[in-house]
Amino acid sequence: MKTRESRAEPAGGTPAGQVAECERKARFSTVSDLPIRRVYRPQDIAGLDYERDLGDPGCFPFVRGVHETMYRGRLWTMREFAGFGTAEESNARYKYLLEHGQTGLSVAFDMPTIMGYDSDHPRAEGEVGKIGVAVDTLADMETLFSGIPLDQVTTSMTINGPAAVLWAMYLVVAEKQGASWQKISGTIQNDILKEYIAQKSYIFPPRPSMRIITDIFAFGSKNVPRWNTISISGYHIREAGSTAAQELAFTLADGMAYVEAGIAAGLDVDEFAPRLSFFFNAHNDLFEEVAKYRAARRIWARVMREKYGAKNPRSWLLRFHTQTAGCSLTAQQPHNNIVRTAIQALAAVLGGTQSLHTNSMDEAWAVPSEQAVTIALRTQQILAEESGVANTVDPLGGSYFVEALTNELEAQAQAYFKQIEALGGVVAAIEQGFFQREIADSAYRYQLQIERGEKVVVGVNRYRMEEELSIPLLRVDPAVAERQVARLNRVRQERDGARVRAALDRVSKAAEGTDNLMPFILEAVRAYASLGEIMDALRRVFGEYRERPVF
Amino acid sequence: MEGKIRVLVAKPGLDGHDRGAKVVARALRDAGFEVVYTGLHQTPDQIAEAVIQEDVDVVGLSILSGAHNTLVPRVIELVKKKGGRQDLLYLVGGIVPREDVDYLRAAGVSEVFGPGTPTEDIVAYIRQHAKG
Repeated sequence: MKTRESRAEPAGGTPAGQVAECERKARFSTVSDLPIRRVYRPQDIAGLDYERDLGDPGCFPFVRGVHETMYRGRLWTMREFAGFGTAEESNARYKYLLEHGQTGLSVAFDMPTIMGYDSDHPRAEGEVGKIGVAVDTLADMETLFSGIPLDQVTTSMTINGPAAVLWAMYLVVAEKQGASWQKISGTIQNDILKEYIAQKSYIFPPRPSMRIITDIFAFGSKNVPRWNTISISGYHIREAGSTAAQELAFTLADGMAYVEAGIAAGLDVDEFAPRLSFFFNAHNDLFEEVAKYRAARRIWARVMREKYGAKNPRSWLLRFHTQTAGCSLTAQQPHNNIVRTAIQALAAVLGGTQSLHTNSMDEAWAVPSEQAVTIALRTQQILAEESGVANTVDPLGGSYFVEALTNELEAQAQAYFKQIEALGGVVAAIEQGFFQREIADSAYRYQLQIERGEKVVVGVNRYRMEEELSIPLLRVDPAVAERQVARLNRVRQERDGARVRAALDRVSKAAEGTDNLMPFILEAVRAYASLGEIMDALRRVFGEYRERPVF
Repeated sequence: MEGKIRVLVAKPGLDGHDRGAKVVARALRDAGFEVVYTGLHQTPDQIAEAVIQEDVDVVGLSILSGAHNTLVPRVIELVKKKGGRQDLLYLVGGIVPREDVDYLRAAGVSEVFGPGTPTEDIVAYIRQHAKG
């Protein structure tokens, strides 16, 4: 057989002996605009060594999966991100999801909570309970998990700037339920670097923020050993408009920055690295996404073992949660979003995710309705139980295309790591606006491609229809804010004011020094100090971050 | 027309989703407008100040947190109260359910641009309606 040099092949190249045919487009590319060839062949992955570069599932470098049996052992955790209104309403939604076969909880907080403000703060006006649940004090957290035994579910909390406080509230609820900290498990997002880079829900400047995070690592590894103390997130980087390669590169660069911060804080890498977890986006381009997850595992395993000298095999594993791409959902013809989400969820499963959130079809309009979130959950159940994709591990492993794409994404990430290092590391690159500019450029490029019709979004720039919105939307009760503020005031009246003031004082003092902040925050939470009060005690010492906007 | 049309793009409220605001700001700049972007987490008061200080013709407000019914009318009121121009063009972008669009129009918003709007539509709308 005649072999061909594939690199030299023009886009429309035709193997000898075949009739040349026209192609639909001059250029084929992924959603991230990575060029794709007509066909991939063995020579495209020449040099790939199975043992060295892929490994069996559960074996270094874990490209094929972090567990030997993967979904044959246990399916991924189906975890729908939910929260709106008050703690009572969200508690009812959690119970509904658990009754319908969901296997883990995922808490969405409202914007004031995310930004560390109480519901009665002037900046909270109009935002209380809108895109998540409002939590001001321990009393709200007690209601949120009322009737849900915390030693029997795992809970993920999407919280970053005030993560230490919300986690402390959760720990005290567990304590009051009699659930041992040794047993409970879950995740706090706690990834502040991607806030500066993409999601922009930062509070303190980067350096004190990194100190809080390493305090959480240290406290968690000693006292809450099964808790994932960080979820290093590419999701929001992608949502902000990055390419798949940028999502991969920036997320893993953040991960390395956290490892370095932990080591610099005097922790042993194997003490905290096994509790690091990741969170990726699943966008529309099925194979690019699968390649991204596989490349992520390989890069992380090698970096942890070779660069940071981790000896515990658990430190080498990149475990991750996936959420389907919110930014891919269209307000137009919203039922089509069910199909998009199903394809994205398939990518996450073929890529070996540990847990998955599937978006609801109505999310380009509002927080999901019960009907919409049920379809989203059923999508996962159909994938798991009907499609057969969970029957074998890494079914795409060995595909010339997927392996070549995995290599390509890894190479692009490596090039970014060099660039970030040259800028002085992640924090310095943030301060120089590097990531923000890279992402804004990609977002703009993609928008122009859509407007020129080079990228098709069904129902938006092609196959449009005149339509009336045909799905019912969830409206958050406008009286939520009043109820929430009344509740906060009640707590403030009933608590021991002197104990609260003393506890807040100790939080500020600890922030000025170098003691681990967690015990002081826990004490303030037990005294029913509010989130805003505890955050203010820290703001006094750490100050607030302001971004220089670039566009 | 004398001079370039001046546009303030602002992010009121607490949400940090600035992809849309930045893409629109850039498209407007590429279309030849003078664009000022406030950055994130702006209070209605800060935005109203900027509207007057920058002497803009168009105010584009981007909100994805559901707080539009509170924050948008507040910005418009404050601009009036601070003695800002009466002929400003107010535009809103983001996730706004259809039943809220009428409410925002009644409060003084000229147009609400939802997800999927081509930036060229926004450019054309401003060319047609702004009093530069």
